[in-house]
Amino acid sequence: MENLILAIETSCDETAASVIKNGTEILSNVVASQIESQKRFGGVVPEIASRHHVEQITIVIEEALEKANIEPSDLNAVAVTEGPGLVGALLVGINAAKAFAFSHGLPIIGVHHIAGHIYASSLVEPMQFPLLALVVSGGHTELVYMKEHGSFEVIGETRDDAAGEAYDKVARVLNMPYPGGPHIDRLAHEAEKGVEFPRAWLEENSYDFSFSGLKSAVINYKHNMEQRGEEIVPEEVAKGFQDSVVEVLTTKTVKAAKELNVKQVIVAGGVSANRGLRESLSEALAKEGIPFVAPPLHLCTDNAAMIGACAAYMYEAGVRGDLSMNGLPGKELKSWARS
Amino acid sequence: MIWLGIDTSNAPLSVAIVKDGQVLIEIVQNLKLTHSVSCMPTIEEALKKANLKPADIDGIAVSEGPGSYTGLRIGVTIAKTLAWTLKKPLVGVSSLKSLASNAIYSGTICAMFDARRGNVYAAAFQGDELTPVIPEQHVSLQELLEKLETFNEPIMFVGIDAQKFEEEIRAKLGDKAKFSPASLNLPRASKLIELAEKEPLPALDTIHHFVPKYHRISEAEANWIKEQKKGQ
Repeated sequence: MENLILAIETSCDETAASVIKNGTEILSNVVASQIESQKRFGGVVPEIASRHHVEQITIVIEEALEKANIEPSDLNAVAVTEGPGLVGALLVGINAAKAFAFSHGLPIIGVHHIAGHIYASSLVEPMQFPLLALVVSGGHTELVYMKEHGSFEVIGETRDDAAGEAYDKVARVLNMPYPGGPHIDRLAHEAEKGVEFPRAWLEENSYDFSFSGLKSAVINYKHNMEQRGEEIVPEEVAKGFQDSVVEVLTTKTVKAAKELNVKQVIVAGGVSANRGLRESLSEALAKEGIPFVAPPLHLCTDNAAMIGACAAYMYEAGVRGDLSMNGLPGKELKSWARS
Repeated sequence: MIWLGIDTSNAPLSVAIVKDGQVLIEIVQNLKLTHSVSCMPTIEEALKKANLKPADIDGIAVSEGPGSYTGLRIGVTIAKTLAWTLKKPLVGVSSLKSLASNAIYSGTICAMFDARRGNVYAAAFQGDELTPVIPEQHVSLQELLEKLETFNEPIMFVGIDAQKFEEEIRAKLGDKAKFSPASLNLPRASKLIELAEKEPLPALDTIHHFVPKYHRISEAEANWIKEQKKGQ
């Protein structure tokens, strides 16, 4: 495979652009984060996110091209996250991508955000099919089975909160600043023992997840302790919560990996930066002898390199979008057809 | 000089190409289509019909607001990306002034866009140079009409949203309220270019920092500022 792709990602609160060579080599990977601005509101405010994207978009794209030392005429295609995500935020990246592609006569490719997260692994080592990907982020918790490039089958997903969402909410209960995930992870590692919280296993054969019950359990625990006039130990609450999330995610992932006889397991998405989760998956999969890929942290959080990696394979398969591309906030993860 | 004009500030869409003062093509539509779906294909169509390539464009005029936040961002994002990557100057023009320039009237002209919940984005202009007599603002329709009442002269209202509020406007201003015909009520990108041509061309390094003029901070930010003040 030989191609050079400019990729753009603005689905949430990171304005990102990247140049990817042959689907595997990162020539540049620029991310302008809005965390400092969004912190004020304890979460991502869509209107603010969209405004920041407009401020940053051309600056970020220019930096990506300059760092890669690439001229527009060197490129084969422009890729952009089409969805899912915040619609107003997506629209900035999409319209910038379309205007750029049109200016230089380049084809445009609309990439699914989750497919992008999964393909982040191909920037680390080649994908081995069939594979299983656990995607965990602020907006998603999914188990995706891939029998080959471009083939996605969601075999399990959350029925309520995404794992990252639960992390943020529990962090708020513990008075930790946004984004809460890293704080919980850090606190959890400082505790000897955790508070005992329930695990949501759901039906026996289900690969689905549920985290809202766990979140409520944490809130109830705090209330009960307060009513009894007792102090909670944040480290122990964090550990108890994290242990529950990690055990459910690990157990279901390993079970699915064995049942589907996959050659590789990938963990992807912002929450995969979580040390507790990485250690647990790595240990459990090693025990079963199943190869495990966890991309470095900067490729787990939202970035455009992963969008470019995915688009490289889409480009080879002949997948193309057009200038009428719209933001698809609820875009489904579907296999792409070869042409 | 070849200009591309883009207006997606509100529900209607307009794209125009003007070459040396001549309108080569202008597309105006009021079909309530999503701008993200129609804007780029419309630009492509206009250039194709005019037998021009993107690199032939010498300057870009865009409606900078006020208007729908999402609509503004689509037009501004497209315009600034084109301007930056084609290395051509970008001129922002007020959506209200552009709309007001449609009206053929020598007195006071009021342009407005519906801003929901009884509010409008509005401005009033006078004279050939469209000098603002009520500056652009986000204001309740009633407050705007009270200001216009003090003018003691007929006011020409322009825009499809003014038409929508005809009843409320007449109730306050009676016979002093005049309304532009439907053919002048949609924003026209050729007018945008006409106004842009009167401005000095901004330097290319201003393009990165070009943002819409929303005329309102977001609700979350307004609440946050309120909280900060309370804390002091």
